[in-house]
Amino acid sequence: MAVMQQGIQPSIVDEIARAQAASRRDFLLKFSLTWVVIIAGIALAIWSTGNADPAFTVKWGPLILGGAGITVFICITSIIGATVLAVLGALGRLSLNPFINGAASLYVSLVRGTPLIVQIYFIFFALPQMGIVLDPIIAGIFALAFNYGAYMTEVFRAGIQAVPRGQREAAQALGMPERLIMRRIVLPQATRIVVPAIGNDFVSMIKDSSLVSVVSLQELLWRANSVGRSNQQLIQALLIAALVYWALTIIFSFFQARLEKRLAKGDR
Amino acid sequence: MELGEVVVEARGIEKYFGSNHVLRGVDLDVRQHETVMLIGRSGSGKTTMLRCLNFLEEPSVGTVRIGDISATADPLHARSRKHREELRNLRLQAGMVFQDFNLFPHMTVLENCIEAPTRVKGVPKAEAIATAEKYLTKVKLIEKRDEHPARLSGGQKQRVAIARALCMEPKVLMFDEPTSALDPELVGEVLTVMTELAHEGSTMIVVSHEMQFCREAADRVVFMEGGVVVEQGPPDQVLTHPQEEATKHFLRRFLTPDQSAVITAMAEG
Repeated sequence: MAVMQQGIQPSIVDEIARAQAASRRDFLLKFSLTWVVIIAGIALAIWSTGNADPAFTVKWGPLILGGAGITVFICITSIIGATVLAVLGALGRLSLNPFINGAASLYVSLVRGTPLIVQIYFIFFALPQMGIVLDPIIAGIFALAFNYGAYMTEVFRAGIQAVPRGQREAAQALGMPERLIMRRIVLPQATRIVVPAIGNDFVSMIKDSSLVSVVSLQELLWRANSVGRSNQQLIQALLIAALVYWALTIIFSFFQARLEKRLAKGDR
Repeated sequence: MELGEVVVEARGIEKYFGSNHVLRGVDLDVRQHETVMLIGRSGSGKTTMLRCLNFLEEPSVGTVRIGDISATADPLHARSRKHREELRNLRLQAGMVFQDFNLFPHMTVLENCIEAPTRVKGVPKAEAIATAEKYLTKVKLIEKRDEHPARLSGGQKQRVAIARALCMEPKVLMFDEPTSALDPELVGEVLTVMTELAHEGSTMIVVSHEMQFCREAADRVVFMEGGVVVEQGPPDQVLTHPQEEATKHFLRRFLTPDQSAVITAMAEG
């Protein structure tokens, strides 16, 4: 190596490094500039149509922002419920028992084949006709968990099937019974495989949770909508809501990336 | 070592994969302290035979006894609770070492070794750890006890797999091409451990073409071809003075030069 470095002129190596760094800086600068210009353009457009009202933001912003807490609470509760449903669903979809397999497959097909908004309406507006009245927050969580559980069932099923066959065989050869193999050997490995997908689902759930505003659950979008309407400032209210959703997804994507990195390291 | 009673007794093992008749009625007896090597070309049925012994592959027909536990092939009721429980008991009698190790990647070396003893046999944890440490010392990997498998070389992984199998204190150890997935320089450390085990009197069934191991450790060689046992006997007899045409053909044509060289050396004493 030393001989080679003597062979090339060190100044050239430095020059290349400097040029590459400059090129990276240049890219980042133009990239940022694009964002600033577009966002400023949107802000200007709103301003010029006389729709900007800082006083409104100061007065109602905190109330709308408070809805974010409810949104996050609904999402965390729902993703936990959905994960439980998904594990059960996946085991059902892989079951050799025709009744269990049939029930799990019907769940996935039915829920994935109907719009989330219809499911929300059904749980909150149709069930009361059958005498089942749910609190909006319970109804919202039910709907989201039920819906995402079906999608995640397929994710978990694929994850379980992605665990190499040899793992199961090694456990069988050790005399482990099937339930133990599933719990101790297959599911822990499947979970690692599906964590990135669950992270993605969580981020899309943050946005889909806005749909439960239709059951007058006072989360982010509901608050923005009602404050905006009553003050005839929908543009600004919805913009605030949109920005908060955006911020939430960025924050959780960041945590997701970190979690994935840690798991990758865990795979050693 | 003096051979003991018959520990593994397989009778009339047949196996079809679809319409492909892979095993055509194989009998195999293995006695305590005996090391038996199954050899034969790829597709001869030797690996399938090994996997049928602990029913990782359910035979189409046949009976296997290991120790005091017997199981009879019952492909029509393979999923029945009773049959599965019977097979689980049979498998508890046999330890298996796989070609690609199949260590549990989410567990440390020690956890790999104590998982089945504690959760299947109900051995108290402290005792299971002591046993695991004993066998990890034996395979010379005690210093890796808290590592995860991904941090180990192939040879180390396979030695952990051997320790994991030993921790269940099985009546017989079965090896399915234990060195085939290893880089050449890592084969020796695995064979050393296996040779030691054989010399200490472990009962072993080994599917492998490692002729050096065969020479040093095997009591008997079983040559399979076309799903039947063609010829068997002590290594120096079967390998250096084969009686059957198929055996001669195999030894001439299907071994690596290294493996052939070992046999030549054997022939020359």
